[in-house]
Amino acid sequence: MIRILLVLMLCATTANAVEPDEILSDPTLEARARAISADLRCVVCQNEPIDTSNAGVARDLRLLVRERLVEGDTDKQVFEYVVARYGDYVLFKPPWKSTTYALWLTPILLAILGMFSVSLILKHSSKGFATTKSLSPEEEAQLSEITKTKEDRDTE
Amino acid sequence: MKKFLPLLPLCAAIGIGIAGWWGLNPDRDPGAIPSVLINKPVPEFELASITGTGIPNLKTQDLLENQEPILVNFFASWCLPCRAEHAVLARMVREEDLNLVGINYKDKPATVAKWLAELGNPYRRIGSDQTGRAGIEWGISGVPETFIVGPGGKVIFRYVGPISSDVAIGKIREALAAARMDKP
Repeated sequence: MIRILLVLMLCATTANAVEPDEILSDPTLEARARAISADLRCVVCQNEPIDTSNAGVARDLRLLVRERLVEGDTDKQVFEYVVARYGDYVLFKPPWKSTTYALWLTPILLAILGMFSVSLILKHSSKGFATTKSLSPEEEAQLSEITKTKEDRDTE
Repeated sequence: MKKFLPLLPLCAAIGIGIAGWWGLNPDRDPGAIPSVLINKPVPEFELASITGTGIPNLKTQDLLENQEPILVNFFASWCLPCRAEHAVLARMVREEDLNLVGINYKDKPATVAKWLAELGNPYRRIGSDQTGRAGIEWGISGVPETFIVGPGGKVIFRYVGPISSDVAIGKIREALAAARMDKP
């Protein structure tokens, strides 16, 4: 029973694609490698980072990232190395440059447009409430008539 | 300002229409990743030959001094679409004087030697990329993938997937014709 539990616990802790033979002996380098691979897109299963992908190319890239780190590359240099071969598409956080302006600015523009239209609609719809006109003479007469008859009924 | 306000829904409809026309186009592959190698020199690599085949090996230098375009084909004996593609490539080499070289991706030399003996060898040179490192240098995501290297070692075109359908063959022919026009 305890053995089964232990095996289950082991499974729970290794529920990712990084295989034991890939892990570096230096824990700080390994932590950096994990952080970098979490930000690199797998080119086979494109919504997954190479850190969790089981694709062959993802494993190769994980090994490559670790190899570059061991050789003394900075995180930036590792990203540049991979981008030079696979392009900006492999970055989950695309850089700010002329080809990505639309990508970064569209959400902001849409938010501004949305707020503008909401404020416009609110301004228009509140106009009816803001201007309270006084009663016309006929309405005034009608009202006094009603209150009078009501008072008469009450005093009866 | 007020005069244009009624036009706002129309503008929104046109915007959604254009986005839909672009996004729902069946010819658009949202998963396609453009190669960064296009119009760049071929990457640095040097691969050994496949032991026991006698076919010369492949390295960067072999792709630099060509006058005619070269087709660089990544293949493996374990890859089924590569088998279908092999027949097409062999026919193109026979009939159209195609300059074809291969990079054998993550394969066992003995297995691929048997595969080539069975199907025939259309490749002028084959490099054996057992680690997949040359594949990374070329930025491939799997096999088969095919590149066209133009005169002077410039990468001109990349095709992902097997060259077996008429559409794929058409694309390769078109790129080859463009590469032949691109003489320095």
